Amino acid sequence: MSLIINLAYFAAAVLFIVGLKQMSSPTTARPGIIWAGVGMVIATLVTFVHPEVSGGVNYTLIILGIVIGGGLAWWSGKKVAMTDMPQMIALYNGMGGGAAAGIGAIYLLQATPETVSNTGLAIAVTGSLIGSVAFSGSLVAYAKLEGLMKKTFTFGGQQIVNIAIFAITVILGFMLATGGGEIGSATLLLFFVLSLAFGILMTLPIGGADMPVVISLYNALTGLAVGLKGIVLDNPALMIAGIVVGAAGTLLTQLMAKAMNRPIKNILFSQFGSSSGGAEEEIEGTMKEIQANDAGIMMAYAEKVIIVPGYGMAVAQAQHKIWEFTQLLQKRGVDVKFAIHPVAGRMPGHMNVLLAEAGVPYDIIFDLDEINEEFKTADVAMVIGANDVVNPVARTNPDSPIYGMPILNADQAHNVICVKRGKGAGFSGIENHLFYADNNQMLYGDGQKVAAELVASVKALG
Amino acid sequence: MIIEGFIALYIFMLAAFTGYEIISKVPVILHTPLMSGSNFVHGIVLVGTMVALGHATTPLEQAIGFVAVVLAAGNAVGGYVVTERMLEMFKTSKKDDKKGDNA
Repeated sequence: MSLIINLAYFAAAVLFIVGLKQMSSPTTARPGIIWAGVGMVIATLVTFVHPEVSGGVNYTLIILGIVIGGGLAWWSGKKVAMTDMPQMIALYNGMGGGAAAGIGAIYLLQATPETVSNTGLAIAVTGSLIGSVAFSGSLVAYAKLEGLMKKTFTFGGQQIVNIAIFAITVILGFMLATGGGEIGSATLLLFFVLSLAFGILMTLPIGGADMPVVISLYNALTGLAVGLKGIVLDNPALMIAGIVVGAAGTLLTQLMAKAMNRPIKNILFSQFGSSSGGAEEEIEGTMKEIQANDAGIMMAYAEKVIIVPGYGMAVAQAQHKIWEFTQLLQKRGVDVKFAIHPVAGRMPGHMNVLLAEAGVPYDIIFDLDEINEEFKTADVAMVIGANDVVNPVARTNPDSPIYGMPILNADQAHNVICVKRGKGAGFSGIENHLFYADNNQMLYGDGQKVAAELVASVKALG
Repeated sequence: MIIEGFIALYIFMLAAFTGYEIISKVPVILHTPLMSGSNFVHGIVLVGTMVALGHATTPLEQAIGFVAVVLAAGNAVGGYVVTERMLEMFKTSKKDDKKGDNA
């Protein structure tokens, strides 16, 4: 029996790696997730006959837990809108972190001097700390993106408090790990309470714009916690899957942070915009308005149009209409391209998912590096629902909090049309100088309504 | 024990390089599904929670174990469902996948 179990875990580990590998190409991505799913089912099924699993009550609880947790997740996962995907990933990720912490709690509760080594305890404690932080931190990230919580929460001496709590947690963890299995229940409880509190406090001051990076970081942390639990439980499937995700997640986090030009340590240890100190420079020029009809005609007679979509377009559910508009322009011989900033949407690749949902083919969607030089030759750049990612102050004003962030050079197009709902600042609260540029015209209105009017204006031309 | 001391360290190291290598070749367009997919993969923690709950002896351990199983099942199932939903949409525009090749 043990052979079958070990073979099944081995197969699961292989399937996970193959699955993740296949997910790295659009054509094989879907079979990839299905293979990984098969691995998960195999690993879960054989665990029912695992020698360490026993007791009627325990079996009942296991099945009940899978049905409840799995059922709720299935329902919520099927229901969630594509625009809300980032917070859903945060939520599911937090659950994984909490589960890893739970394994640690049981291990530490059951520890006796005869059954455990200090190494085992140290690994269990480390995994529990990381899992707890990922759990509570992810839930805060979820609450923030879902709009359940005020965007940022800061108080004086916050960093000192955070460091103090972390230090105490580490000391408690050290006591647990070196106690030789003599675990005081008060110490244990305090350790978990402080670990969870640290996750919350660490995430509270981080602004919404940085959230994708934070979610990715917690994803990596959960992977690491799961991997450590794999060592504690002597389970290679957990170990390999957890560590692979931990490493992959770390790289993904770095890629995202780099795309946003926000070093990870700045995201975690300073508040967004806190360094700017009100050094906003005077904005020259005025905002000019354009009507949808005129904008539509302008693009219909253009040779080359680049569309810069942002999260606002997706919120307005305008992507289908925009694609319809694009097809109309293409029929007239206009060269239409989509320019995607690495953090368009709420995390890298999110906008591609949203455009794919609308049916926009890959070959007219371009990354920042691929398209940035082309704005100079574009007759019209239409920015819809995006703001900070086209803000030229990122190039020009060293005092701006987004200075140095790579941006799409929409301002270099001959004409720029910014579709925007109202006159407010963007996600990060920074004024956009592009709106005041000479070659820019504002097209106010709800994204979907504007897109429909654009479609109508081109259709009217015949 | 089937994973002794340094063997665990070796597995750890190799798995870490594997994870790093897999991601480094992923085009940006797939970053979100991939993050979601890797989120699903650490749902394997479900197996760990099942074992932990499986040898729980006190009501407290059982309660913690039960919560852990619920959370882990949520991670695994939720991660799968949303990843699959996202990747399904990519399939529909397959006729133009040259972007994936030159990324």
